[in-house]
Amino acid sequence: MARQEKKKDVVIVGLGWTGSILGMELAQEGLDIVALERGHDQSTVPNFQYPQMIDELRYGVRLKMMQRASQMTVTVRRNEAETALPYRSFGSFLPGNGVGGAGTHWNGLNWRPQAEEMQLRSYVTERWGAGIIPEDMLLADYPVTYDEMEPFFDRFERVAGISGQAGNLKGQKIDGGNPFEGWRSRDYPMPPMPTTWDGQKFADAAKAMGYHPFKAPGGIASTGYVNEYGMQMGPCNLCGFCERFGCYQYSKSSPQTTILDALKRMPNFSYRTESEVLRVEMAPDGKTATGVTYFDEKTQEEVFQPADIVILSSFQLNNVHLMLVSGIGQPYDAMTGEGVTGRSYAYQMTGGVTMFFKDEEFNPFIGTGANGMSIDDFGVNQIDFGREGFIGGAYWRSGTTNGQPIRSMPLPKGTPGWGADWKKGIKEWYGHSMSIGSHGSHMAYRTNHLDLDPTYKDRHGRPLMRMTFNWNPNDLRMNQFMKGKMEELAKTMGPDLMQSAFKGDGTQYDVRPYQTTHNTGGHAMSSNPREGAVNRYSQAWDKHNVFVTGAGNFVQNTEYNPTGLVGGLAYHTAHAIRTQYLSNPRPLI
Amino acid sequence: MTDLPGYPSRRGFLKGSAAGVALAGLAVSAKAQPVEPPAPLEDYDCQYFTPEEWAFVIAATARLIPSEGDGPGAIEARVPVFIDGQLAGDFGRADDWYMVGPHDPSADPLLGWQSPLNPAQIYRQAIPAFNAWCEAQHGKAFIALDDAQKDAALTALQEGDVGLQAELRDFFTILLANTKEGYFADPMYGGNHGMQAWTHIGFPGARASYREWATRHNIRYPLGPVSIKGERA
Repeated sequence: MARQEKKKDVVIVGLGWTGSILGMELAQEGLDIVALERGHDQSTVPNFQYPQMIDELRYGVRLKMMQRASQMTVTVRRNEAETALPYRSFGSFLPGNGVGGAGTHWNGLNWRPQAEEMQLRSYVTERWGAGIIPEDMLLADYPVTYDEMEPFFDRFERVAGISGQAGNLKGQKIDGGNPFEGWRSRDYPMPPMPTTWDGQKFADAAKAMGYHPFKAPGGIASTGYVNEYGMQMGPCNLCGFCERFGCYQYSKSSPQTTILDALKRMPNFSYRTESEVLRVEMAPDGKTATGVTYFDEKTQEEVFQPADIVILSSFQLNNVHLMLVSGIGQPYDAMTGEGVTGRSYAYQMTGGVTMFFKDEEFNPFIGTGANGMSIDDFGVNQIDFGREGFIGGAYWRSGTTNGQPIRSMPLPKGTPGWGADWKKGIKEWYGHSMSIGSHGSHMAYRTNHLDLDPTYKDRHGRPLMRMTFNWNPNDLRMNQFMKGKMEELAKTMGPDLMQSAFKGDGTQYDVRPYQTTHNTGGHAMSSNPREGAVNRYSQAWDKHNVFVTGAGNFVQNTEYNPTGLVGGLAYHTAHAIRTQYLSNPRPLI
Repeated sequence: MTDLPGYPSRRGFLKGSAAGVALAGLAVSAKAQPVEPPAPLEDYDCQYFTPEEWAFVIAATARLIPSEGDGPGAIEARVPVFIDGQLAGDFGRADDWYMVGPHDPSADPLLGWQSPLNPAQIYRQAIPAFNAWCEAQHGKAFIALDDAQKDAALTALQEGDVGLQAELRDFFTILLANTKEGYFADPMYGGNHGMQAWTHIGFPGARASYREWATRHNIRYPLGPVSIKGERA
């Protein structure tokens, strides 16, 4: 018999970026709120403090900031004919764990999508006609426009403390910024970070080719900063430990540095850790949720938490899983194309060139996760899709980060992986290479989707979620286009040696190497209940008091890192709840 | 610190890095003074390995990162001590991994770890299986081969040519990964003795503060490494 807790106005499932944002915004309405977090509590001190955090083995390799596969994982297959097998030991993607979620261990790469990406289906059909859209591609418009979202992108950048240089202020192009970005109502809250040697070399070469380099924006404080919640950040010292690490000096944007301490001071907000939500409970009429049932790790029992509003703000994969096991949205069926929950799963297409300069010093351990110079000359809104034969685009960036030797040891092709020549190679080449990365869009397809696995169970006896995913020719063609352009630029830089790593025709999805934790879709937004699980306010189409936030809302992935859009959409949802829903709870569309 | 998951036990740590602890009190530079010779691995009291396994791991890692040439080898870096500690802990037990069956260890390698065995069990079962292959090829166990034979045997192991059953096929991959981890991880885990591997390549370890260095372009960072426990080299 489940224990029952006192009813709350709002229950928040997952206290990462979007759970913290919704918590803060709704707490300001005076609502009684509880957040349930599966993982442990964590704060900058003591959890991220120096020097314990500066430990590549523990956090970079053994992944101690991350969700454990033993807690929750998925099964993976590349197509419908394969038997999916569990993702047992994490590699390809790394969901976070504990308070702050993935917002604690990200790189801080914060971008807005392009206006064209928000309305991509319309943009493509107007320019080239629907005939260029591959038959199995679920190309869609977001049900919100860039112009509608601009105030919410701005709000998130202000709260999160983003450093950068505007390239388009209310339509006016600004030198030194990204000339191809969407318009901004005002500049970034902090100036850009300084540029390391690799970024400078890349920018010089790009400029000489007629491209438009700019300092990459990032959730990395370049100065001292206090946000609207009174949260204070300190300037970054380029320690190089961003990705997979918590920031030890309050410089990286995270729920911890920008929201949580202020939220914890709100008397009408509370949170419980080690409380894993197992399912959302439904009212008999099936139109609303009554609350959630969670497993309390401390007492080892199930607990029912009633609430008037349920916010699902866990990581994308966990949100979709909770929806599937709770019956929110009809499960997507890839055979018939019907159903919405699990539909439109997408990922990210990346590649890069590494260049070796034996007489130059790059000090690869100096940097930030968002360090460097970028170009967006091959972004979605700059490519002639009709001519090139694909839909998509990428931004490029060069800037040192990590540089920790267990994982970051680029060696020229042909260097043995062990033995005397490996030992000679690491001395010869460590610190004498630089790379440029291409970070590209990934479309949604009928064939890439999420559902429940028929065989494997989690520790609570629930079916694991099954991921059916493989690379698609459209995105691989985009990547090969980037390879050609990038190698052309890299050659002008005159490296002693260079090598490329771009997935190409026929590349199969490999779960072993880390690629990105930009898993998107599965509870996509849509303008009608047939194409997505939630409406433009991230409100479940079929359960009006359930709101589902995060990258699962994406209709397809953009060319950028997802956090800027995730944060903007969370503020957009919070605004709709505050101004439209609370006074009259109902389906908003 | 030593009671945290993933850390070596206090006993193993003290045994494994006694010389490193002694160095902590001395403000010396590795460039000015060679690192003390480590205590012999033969005297190390293993947490996980049997004597036969220990001899194998010493011999194998000594070929994966040999002592010859510039810079430390796996032996000087005390990589075997690191691996022993890792296998005795949560990594060896695969505590963080999803190990629920059914298992299909013959699955496409692109689908990742599918063995029902954890890393510690893989070492335990793969070492005798690989030694049996060496016996069949050369009439001797791996440790008794000469260096060229050892390298050839390791290459065969790497290429999947020694007839290991599917459950053990990731043995070389984890042996090599663990060897490099032990070479480059913070010395508190038992390897990277005296931070010699960091000094070898020019990685400053846990310094983690470089604000003024971002714009010092194309100049080598001059300071040697520090460790999490405050050792310098």
